[in-house]
This record gives sequence, structure tokens and C-alpha cells, in this order.
Amino acid sequence: MSSNKESTARTLIVALAVSLVASVFVAGSAIYLKPIQEQNRQLDKQRSILAIAGVSGDKLSAQEVRDFFNARIKAEVVDLSTGDIKSDLDPNTFDALKAARDPETSVQLAGSDDIALIKRREQFTTIYRLEAEDGTLEALILPVRGYGLWSTLHGFLALAPDLNTVIGLGFYQHAETPGLGGEVDNPKWKASWSGKTLFDADGKPNIEIVKGGVNPASPDAEHQIDALAGATLTSKGVDHLLQFWLGEQGFGAYLAKLRPQLSPQPSAEGA
Amino acid sequence: MAKQATTKEVLLDPIFNNNPITLQILGICSALAVTSNLNTALVMAIALTLVTAFSNLFIAMIRNQIPSSIRMIVQMVIIASLVIVVDQVLRAYAFSLAKQLSVFVGLIITNCIVMGRAEAFAMQNPPLLSFWDGIGNGLGYSLLLIALGVVRELFGAGKLLGIEILPLVKDGGWYEPNGLLLLPPSAFFLIGLFIWGLRMWKKDQQEPALFKLAPQVKED
Repeated sequence: MSSNKESTARTLIVALAVSLVASVFVAGSAIYLKPIQEQNRQLDKQRSILAIAGVSGDKLSAQEVRDFFNARIKAEVVDLSTGDIKSDLDPNTFDALKAARDPETSVQLAGSDDIALIKRREQFTTIYRLEAEDGTLEALILPVRGYGLWSTLHGFLALAPDLNTVIGLGFYQHAETPGLGGEVDNPKWKASWSGKTLFDADGKPNIEIVKGGVNPASPDAEHQIDALAGATLTSKGVDHLLQFWLGEQGFGAYLAKLRPQLSPQPSAEGA
Repeated sequence: MAKQATTKEVLLDPIFNNNPITLQILGICSALAVTSNLNTALVMAIALTLVTAFSNLFIAMIRNQIPSSIRMIVQMVIIASLVIVVDQVLRAYAFSLAKQLSVFVGLIITNCIVMGRAEAFAMQNPPLLSFWDGIGNGLGYSLLLIALGVVRELFGAGKLLGIEILPLVKDGGWYEPNGLLLLPPSAFFLIGLFIWGLRMWKKDQQEPALFKLAPQVKED
């Protein structure tokens, strides 16, 4: 019996049988649980969109988040190069990250253009509008992403209707060092974004993450954010990804088209 | 063959007498990483206990069939499958916790406790006893994790399970939190203190020195 147990044929059979049973187990659980996981991911994203737009998403139950989202948030697919709304694409099923991987629906970014280090940028992406009951814009929520130290940070930037003042910035997915770069999730740091202005008087992106604290007396204070302690590269990553997504390669064209629709005169804020 | 252990022994021994962390010094990495708050420590403890118990059970069930040349790989396959299933379940039913635990659930695969029990116990013992051995070792690990989580969250953030216990100075209270406790090295110090305390209490766990340090300067 024992010599038989050690034979090559027996070894192969046991190896095969164990692998087969284990793979059925793993595949089964993955497939069975996938719809619930997908729902969670969706909900998590909606929750973070609401939180970043200043609606306290943590307190709401799953159903309330979904209801609020359906009632007040309008998703739209935007063509980034022209700034037009693509009404033929369904924002609920359009996957911008998938599009960014497909050469057909994305553009390769060359060295100096790719300050956010994302390699490819999708042609179309989904934006979210928080609207009042009568349809006026209360907040515009733009997806942003860029490379930090270890990982791509995926997040949202919420803008006030003047398209200049920040309501909030937050990341729903990243793998930065917990305690250092991971502090991008720190509520205190996130709160320091609100009220900052992103563009200077000429409409150029002007937002900077500075080391050593922001001097509130300085005239640039409203364009500056205190860097994360011990996380130079993550801070730089956030700085760069904002420069990128606010610039011409990012939402520049869309914001330029949207601005005149919202305010008759170009705003002179942020000078 | 030595006398077979009883269920009670395999279940309770690993808690204080043969604790996997304090005596065997296994599973330290995850004990440092996930104990900055009690919530993640609890989930990790449950996940590891379940994985150890079921991997012991399955391995003991087929232990007579496993050819010794591939036994490590077979153990790994079983452990890895269980960990993936646990990870999938967490992602489905405890999404935000799974997000916080991130890679550490996956790293249960490499946790020496699981593999160590499979090789040292489940390969020689019947399935049910092995199952209880897995639960026992999981409890020993859980005990330390929970103790670390309580100390670190309470004194590092003034909270337990996210509920405020010690009002912080910055929120108008009186407690100035010790930020060091939220960083991984603090768990190292704490584990050291726990080991010292346990070995003071149970003197038989003290180990004789493996070697004697030679004096720095030669004495004539």
C-alpha cells in the first residue's frame, strides 16, 4: 500500500484530483458571489461620489444611497477632446477604465503629456452632475486618476457651479502606504481641499501641493494644499493628476464648453 | 506513537500554553499589519481561524492519500483555495472591511500558522481532532490580535470598534492619543511585552539561552 501510494501514477492522480476539486471550489465561489460583489463596488462608488460632493454618504443605508443617486445625480458621457456630451452612450453601462485600455477608444499619452503617468487616456468618460430639483447644477463630479507611489489613485473631484471652487476631492481606490500615502483618505486632509480654487484669472489650472504648510496670509493660499507628511511621491502624484485632468489633456475642453452655459460672464474669482 | 491528544487539549493548549504568536513566534507579520484597529483585527482573527480549521480538516481527511513527494504543494493548494473563498465572501458581505484588509486576507496563505499546523498536526491526526486543533490555534492567534487591537485602537485613537471611549483633545476632550500605536512598530513592542508577561506567568515557557555571548574584551 505504502509503496503504491508513492508511485508516479498515484502522485499524478492525487495532484490532479486535488487541483480539480480546489478549482471547482474557487471558481464556484467566485461566480456565485460576483453579482453581490459587483453591487458592492457600484454602491461604494456611488457612496464616494456622494461623500465627495458633500452629501454625507456614510450615514445613508444602501437603499438610501441608491435612491438619492437616482433622484439627484445625473451621469453623462463626455468626449474629452471636444468637450461635447455623447448622448448615444449610456453612462450606466459605459466603462471609462475599460475604454482607456482599448487602443480603439483611447489615446496614447507621450512622455511630457503624461504627467499623471496613466499611459493611455480614454476618449470618452463619465461625469456626474449633482442637480437641484429644478435641474440647476449644484456640483460637478469629475473622475480623476493618476499614479502615486505604488499605485494608481482613482478618485473624484467635485466642483462648485462656478467650476473653479473645490467642493471635495477623494479617492475610492488606491494602494498607497497605510499611514503615509494612505493618508489621502484622512478626513482632515480631504477637508482641507474644500473651498480651494483651481484656476487662476486666465483660466489656467493653478493648484499646488506645498510642503511645510500653507500660509493662510499668502495670496496664493487658496491655490495651495498642505502636502501629506512622509508621502512626497503620493502628494506629487495627486498634484500631477489634478494638473493633468484640469488641463487640455483632461477636462479642459469640457469645462471650457460648460463655463459659458453656467455663468454669462467669465468669473474673475481666484485672481 | 505518542499518546493522542484530546480535543480539550488541542483546543485550549494553543491559547496560553502553546500560543502560536507568543511561543512559536509565528504569524507576526499580519499581527503587526492589521491590528491598528479592533475591527480589522477581529475580521482577520475570524478569517484565519476558519482557514486554519478547515485546511486542517481537509488535509487530515486525505492525509493517507497524499504522496509525501507532493504533500507541501497539496497543502498549499488547499490553503490557497480556502483563502480565496474567504476573500471572495468578505468582498461580497463585508466590502468596506475587505477594502481595509486589502492584501492581508490574501496573505493568510503565507501565514506560517496555517501551514505549520497542516504539516505538524493534520498530517498525523484524524480529521475532527485536526479541525479542533485549527480552531484552537486560531483562537490563540485571535487572542493576541484582539489584545493588540484593543490596546492600539484605544490608546492610539481613543476609540474601540470606532466608538469613542477616550475623548480626544482635538475634539475637545482630554486625551492626547499616542500616534506611535497606530504605526506597525508599536505592535512589535506590544508583542514583546505580551511575551515577557506570559513567560513571567508561565515560567516553563522560558527558553534556555542558545549560546552565551562572549565578552567584548578578552579577559585574562
